[in-house]
Amino acid sequence: MTQPLSDIHILAPELFLAIAAMAALLVGVFLKEDRTKELTWAGAVCLVLACALVPRPPEGPLSGFGGAFSADTFSQFGRIAVFLTASVALLVSQAFFRLEKLLRPEYIVLVLLSSIGMALMVTATDLISVYLGVELQSLCVYIMATLNRDSRRSTEAGLKYFVLGALSSGFLLYGASLIYGFTGSTQFADIASVGASETSPVGLTFGLVFFISALAFKVSAAPFHMWTPDVYEGSPTPVTAFLAAAPKLAGMFLFGRVLVQAFPGLIDDWQPVLWMIAAASMAIGSLSAIVQTNIKRLMAYSSIGHMGYALIGLTAGTEAGVSGMISYMTIYVVMTLGVFACILTMRRAEGMAENISDLSGLAQTRPGLAVMFSALFLSLAGIPPLLGFFAKFYVFLAAVDAGLLVLAIVGVVTSVISTFYYLSVIRTIWMAEPTSEFVREQNPFVQLTASGSTFAVVAGIIVLVGPLAGIAALAARSLFPAL
Amino acid sequence: MVEMHASVPWLSLITFLPLVGALMIVLRRAIAGGEDDEAVAISARQVALLTSTFVLVITTFVYFSLFDSTQLGFQLVETSGWLGLGIGYKLGVDGISVLFVFLTAFIMPICILASWTSITSRVADFMVAFLVLETAIMGVFTALDLVLFYVYFEASLIPMFLIIGIWGSPGTREIFGRTVSNRVYAAFKFFLYTLLGSLLMLIAILAMYLEVGTTDIPTLLTHEFAPEMQRWLWLAFFASFAVKMPMWPVHTWLPDAHVQAPTGGSIVLAAILLKMGGYGLIRFSLPMFPDASVAFAPLVFALSVIAIVYTSLVAFAQEDMKKLIAYSSVAHMGFVTMGLFTGTQQGIDGALFQMLSHGFISGALFLCVGILYERRHTRDIAAYGGLVKQMKMFAFFFLFFSMANVGLPGLSGFIGEILTMIGAFQVNTWVAALAALGMILSAAYGLRLYREVMYDPPRDEKPEPMADLNRRELGLITALAAMTLYLGVNPSPTLGVFAVPTEPISEAFAEATERRDGVDETHVAQGGADH
Repeated sequence: MTQPLSDIHILAPELFLAIAAMAALLVGVFLKEDRTKELTWAGAVCLVLACALVPRPPEGPLSGFGGAFSADTFSQFGRIAVFLTASVALLVSQAFFRLEKLLRPEYIVLVLLSSIGMALMVTATDLISVYLGVELQSLCVYIMATLNRDSRRSTEAGLKYFVLGALSSGFLLYGASLIYGFTGSTQFADIASVGASETSPVGLTFGLVFFISALAFKVSAAPFHMWTPDVYEGSPTPVTAFLAAAPKLAGMFLFGRVLVQAFPGLIDDWQPVLWMIAAASMAIGSLSAIVQTNIKRLMAYSSIGHMGYALIGLTAGTEAGVSGMISYMTIYVVMTLGVFACILTMRRAEGMAENISDLSGLAQTRPGLAVMFSALFLSLAGIPPLLGFFAKFYVFLAAVDAGLLVLAIVGVVTSVISTFYYLSVIRTIWMAEPTSEFVREQNPFVQLTASGSTFAVVAGIIVLVGPLAGIAALAARSLFPAL
Repeated sequence: MVEMHASVPWLSLITFLPLVGALMIVLRRAIAGGEDDEAVAISARQVALLTSTFVLVITTFVYFSLFDSTQLGFQLVETSGWLGLGIGYKLGVDGISVLFVFLTAFIMPICILASWTSITSRVADFMVAFLVLETAIMGVFTALDLVLFYVYFEASLIPMFLIIGIWGSPGTREIFGRTVSNRVYAAFKFFLYTLLGSLLMLIAILAMYLEVGTTDIPTLLTHEFAPEMQRWLWLAFFASFAVKMPMWPVHTWLPDAHVQAPTGGSIVLAAILLKMGGYGLIRFSLPMFPDASVAFAPLVFALSVIAIVYTSLVAFAQEDMKKLIAYSSVAHMGFVTMGLFTGTQQGIDGALFQMLSHGFISGALFLCVGILYERRHTRDIAAYGGLVKQMKMFAFFFLFFSMANVGLPGLSGFIGEILTMIGAFQVNTWVAALAALGMILSAAYGLRLYREVMYDPPRDEKPEPMADLNRRELGLITALAAMTLYLGVNPSPTLGVFAVPTEPISEAFAEATERRDGVDETHVAQGGADH
């Protein structure tokens, strides 16, 4: 038995961020509102510094804190991805909040705290630490959704998110208690050894299903997706950008770890469940998006569909599948941040424009923005040579490898359907008559994010895809017991 | 000297030069402050023409000086790492692809010149889209990695979608109670139809990759897939290429796309994009899945014959010139699929020749329609008449290409059709006989179109005068006519280039036929023993 403090380096980035969040809270109280800009920068810098503190996987045993957390490559990759996503989401928020007069230091504190929660989610290997991570992340995001407290839509979004989120947390706890009751342990390794035996108790399967439902809610996979469109639409746009990217990534990573490390023996039980969730998400995501007129609602349904594709990888349950999911989520986050940065530039003199029809004729009024929007949407649709294609490529590859041919074909058909609405947006941009122009003054960081993400999806085919797949494969391998 | 040539990545150069041109246009526009004014338009046209002509010059040089048509296998091969794990960046050409590379390089400057005055709005965007399209097409024909091929194959949809949707012809229609402009409808139909077929192919590509461990095309060509697996793979590939060809009954996107596309878009669609389907069949389906090809050949024959006869009849009934030529394209592609799946040397060579020649002929016919459209802004056959008196040069060339399309001996259309028919006769007399019927029908609609546009008295009492070909148009049309005549009079060099790589394909096909017949005989023998 090692001393608890000897493991402390495993959670170094989380501890650092916790201190940073407390400091930000203190400083925020004394800061004039116009200095919040500097605080935002400081928060983003802290998140980037936290990446540097993420420990490399040690030579010896990976887990620490009595088996509650694991410092494997998977969590290393997950934490770095979460921190970088959060810092970008934080930086793009600033201009919007300034113009909408919502600039508050609390937002930075909440982003930092929820990043800690997400980091715990990707690191946890114990039901209790999982729950802690999930709740810390969720509670922060509930508050962020209601940030515009004078707006009815924003409060509605937050309330809806909170009530449904609390329900799903209940599922999570109920599932966890069933699992604990039937296995006698909260640690993934112990649960796996009980599940691997010939006579695994039925109650364990029940617990697993509740657990999967709760996780499906967190990543907004169908049929637990109901909250997504309203929350996406009601929340202030930078908050939507944040919650569309980082928590989804963390949730999906947690999903992968739970299935692979805690329930590898029950794959025959959870594979059909995941199959259904993945197929339903892809179908609902692609069909419901067609009728949307608000671009944030469109992105909500689009993200439901994307979670379905990422879940294809998990359904396969293989190393290639997890690796495909990791690549998928990474690419998804890059595209999502880019699209929301573009959406943040849709501002007219009278306020934000959120309708797809507001993009009419953008190719003639703002060709640069039009190209960015189009490249990102085509990438979301998965059209080669853009990066989004390779995301789909790797999950389909894993599905075919695992013999999930029907699921792959469902994915293909829904991907054609979803291409229809992505193309509709592109049609509005390129083939409709221009309407009044958007305001030109822009925050350089929003533009940098939009153009950087566009560059990544366009040029990614040359340099990004191969290395990313390699790193994802390494991270996935660390989840599976060494042969 | 030889070493210097060897070190230049010629095929990458051909593929990516157009992209460089596109970037230059974008840059020029950015310098002008994002405005798409007249100065930008002029330089965009010039850059596009220069780039595509330069590509043509390089391609001609590569074809005549570096490519050895007597050699079997892929040449000018370039490899470099890409995704890893057996998926790499690999380019190369053989006797089949080199001529399609040449066709692409030849047609592209013609498209750009054909759009010189007819495209007046957003010229820079148009030229960028065209150059990107050229890169994608060149990539399709030179890729020697299946994933790379797929990437280019799909990427070509994006610029074509924009070309049809932005610069297409006006007019609206009602769909589900919503008014949608025709060109947008056509663009969507084109994109989604092709995408569905291609994604099924993607699944097949993944299955092949998992089986062989690489997507390197030369390796895959030597791999023998199990007969049962071949069937599934063949069907998935066929789904993609049949839509692209297009074959009956998945051809319905083509008339829409052709009618709505601007002249340049129609030319590139008919002359090159359709060839990607036939190229895929000869490059993948036939050599990689010979057993499945033999097994499904009757299906292909049935679809081809229906395409030849039925779409010819449909073409006869058209009131719209572009639609008529579009349906005639479907019929001519029927000869291609028929020829390919005879598996005979004549049939395959004839099919390839037919694709090449159809590239020049249909391109020229769409150019002719474009020339008329630019003068009177309608594609309605009934709106024209008596043009033979006003446009003498045009009348000559229009007749020339109408006859080439019909398959007049001495012009290139004849060679392809006669060879595919010879191939079909060896395999199935009925198929050949029905295809011959199609040739007669093609003469019927071709002559009808010519008579009504050129000779019938004009509907108006005093039709507005139509100017004859200007120098630009004359140059374009002469170039296409020269190719058609050359291929028709002297087809043997071209056929010789095709014959080298197609010989092993037809041999493999013959072996697969023997295998199937052998299996049948054993079945019969066993059945006899049982009784």
